[in-house]
Amino acid sequence: MRTAVIVFPGSNCDHDAYYVMRKVLNKDVDFIWHKEGSLGNYDFILVPGGFSYGDYLRAGAIARFSPIMEEVIRCANNGTPVMGICNGFQILIESGLLPGALINNKNVKFLSQNVTLNVASTNSIFTQNLIKGQRLDMPIAHRQGNFFASDDVVKKLQDDDQIAFTYDENPNGSIVDIAGIFNENRNVLGMMPHPERAAESILGSSDGLAIFESLIENM
Amino acid sequence: MRAKIYIRYKDGILDPQGTTVWHALNSMGYEAINDVSVGKFIEMNFDNVSKEEAERLTDESCRKLLANPNTESYKFEIVED
Repeated sequence: MRTAVIVFPGSNCDHDAYYVMRKVLNKDVDFIWHKEGSLGNYDFILVPGGFSYGDYLRAGAIARFSPIMEEVIRCANNGTPVMGICNGFQILIESGLLPGALINNKNVKFLSQNVTLNVASTNSIFTQNLIKGQRLDMPIAHRQGNFFASDDVVKKLQDDDQIAFTYDENPNGSIVDIAGIFNENRNVLGMMPHPERAAESILGSSDGLAIFESLIENM
Repeated sequence: MRAKIYIRYKDGILDPQGTTVWHALNSMGYEAINDVSVGKFIEMNFDNVSKEEAERLTDESCRKLLANPNTESYKFEIVED
């Protein structure tokens, strides 16, 4: 299994993502600079957190037009598992791979804290090994993580079981407590919380590891 | 030729920044102000294009990059210097 970690100017969780795949899970992983126009043969694409392009205009809005994103979109549409964490989630939404929008937190503050997630759907390779309702502790660190979508989009996410994770206590105002969603084909996952920063007990929680392990086992 | 672009949240989208500014103005005594929304103002300059072409390019830029159609609306005017 080979993982590509996409690196934008301003990415800052790229090394955390690399570390989890390489050192914790012992898988092959490469950094891919955003200027690359093609992606090799990768089994998993990880769009990491950070502040690509300084969050100018809107978080993720400019990164979405980096050359590599055409390739990420093509691979995602061909079924390659793609995961966007935090700024990566914002980029996947801006690129149209996931629906909705991520707007300013309801209290206007940057939130850096631990949260508890509930597993809302086990119907994906990312969550198949988890139990519905299972609680996962991991950090959030964002200012624009307030998930918003129109009523019909939210209803579709609910009806089609596309809500991956919800917050136990909603920190940012996200509609129906959404912390992470899948695309229709369930091979693209976007989430604001950071499972890669909760992958070893020395970090305070290793709950995030279960998501990567589920992906590896089920892909 | 210049485009002046105004981007704001659509009605119904939470604008915590606007709300905070509104509360601040109210607490300063400006009680007649009953709502504030904070948006973006963007200017773009053009070289050697017609007004129609400038309008087309501005609208396309807004749709593709400058505004998020899910949450924001935009309007613009083309100014001939």
